[in-house]
Amino acid sequence: MEIIDAKGLSCPEPVVLLKNAMKSGEHEYTLITDNTTSKENTTRYGEKMGYTVSVSEERGIFTLKFTK
Amino acid sequence: MKKPLKNKLDIIIAGGIIGVIASLLSLLGNPANMGFCIACFIRDTAGGLGLHQAAAVQYIRPEIIGIVIGSFAAALIRKEFSPRGGSAPLTRFILGFFVMVGGLMFLGCPFRMIVRLAGGDLNALLGLVGFAAGIGVGAFFLNRGFSLKRTYKQPLLEGASFSVIQVILFALLISAPAFIYFTEAGGGPGAKHAAVAISLAAGLIVGILAQRTRLCMVGGFRDMYLFKDFRLISGFIALFVCCLITNLILTAVTGTSFFKLSFADQPVAHTDGLWNALGMFLLGFASILLGGCPLRQLVLSGEGNSDSAMAILGMGIGAAFCHNFGLASSAKGPTANGQIAVIIGIVIVLIIACANSFNKKKD
Repeated sequence: MEIIDAKGLSCPEPVVLLKNAMKSGEHEYTLITDNTTSKENTTRYGEKMGYTVSVSEERGIFTLKFTK
Repeated sequence: MKKPLKNKLDIIIAGGIIGVIASLLSLLGNPANMGFCIACFIRDTAGGLGLHQAAAVQYIRPEIIGIVIGSFAAALIRKEFSPRGGSAPLTRFILGFFVMVGGLMFLGCPFRMIVRLAGGDLNALLGLVGFAAGIGVGAFFLNRGFSLKRTYKQPLLEGASFSVIQVILFALLISAPAFIYFTEAGGGPGAKHAAVAISLAAGLIVGILAQRTRLCMVGGFRDMYLFKDFRLISGFIALFVCCLITNLILTAVTGTSFFKLSFADQPVAHTDGLWNALGMFLLGFASILLGGCPLRQLVLSGEGNSDSAMAILGMGIGAAFCHNFGLASSAKGPTANGQIAVIIGIVIVLIIACANSFNKKKD
């Protein structure tokens, strides 16, 4: 499963990375980010692309799992 | 305390409120079609501090102070205050410099562009075309891996200092020592301002709403192009509509015109369409590489992002250069120096874009 480390990257880079990764059309992706704006953007994009998004947070680091 | 806002409805309501405020500020003393202008107001503040000597535009604008402090407070409350920085700060300073060069060619930032449109200023349409094109070119580079690399956690003071600086600026405005400049009454746009308390309150409200909803004009266009996401742009459409409606109501109620549909004789504007477009092209291109419009940079700085603070400082120094070296436009139109500066700016921003893209091979 592809893991995208977007820690420290600001909008829109995490979404761009996710968009590029999702071109491979896999069923699962994981993205890690540390800012709320990117958590929101990537969640919206993932849902738009038809994925179910679950978010867990630990000490300011958000791990998003996208599954189809 | 406001509850967390969700979905498009929150940003539409926020945009609407901000649009009404922007219109009302012109009624209450701000220049016409300039209830808010981040570029102009940073320029005015630079003038108030004596960084330039253009007597017509010297006034420490409380709106800027309010936006940063409002964002700071909103971020603290939602535990989103996060001191971070270290992502090519000097490059961001330079980009901020050219955001201002472009903005002072057009005589506005993206926020004022919308406010001008809502006042009937058709010259802002050319600005909009240029802006959209600048975002498009920037999006091209984003798709090819443009990155100024990551930020890192910074000490608390690094994140909070810009907000502290705003408080100091406010103290200077209120106490008005002899070394702070104020445009004389009747001397130009710098003399046109709402009462300090009103301007500050307006800035605080905008700062809070923009922080919570992530309002960003650059993001609005960018997200449409790259992700077919219309959330951010819907906030600005709401801003435009509500500002326009308020302008029409004020015109009807007060007998003073807050809306005039024309190219000619618009307040603090010029009719040179090509340079309106090129100025906003430069501003848009530089802003998308910065990750957000000038309003968003102010909000991010309040959230603790010192890279955004560097961009704003670049804008401030850019404003000083523009007025010290005759780069800023006036109602008569662009200056030759300003035109050269915009072309140089486009070239430099292109170099920055190329140098920081194409790093990763596409699979």
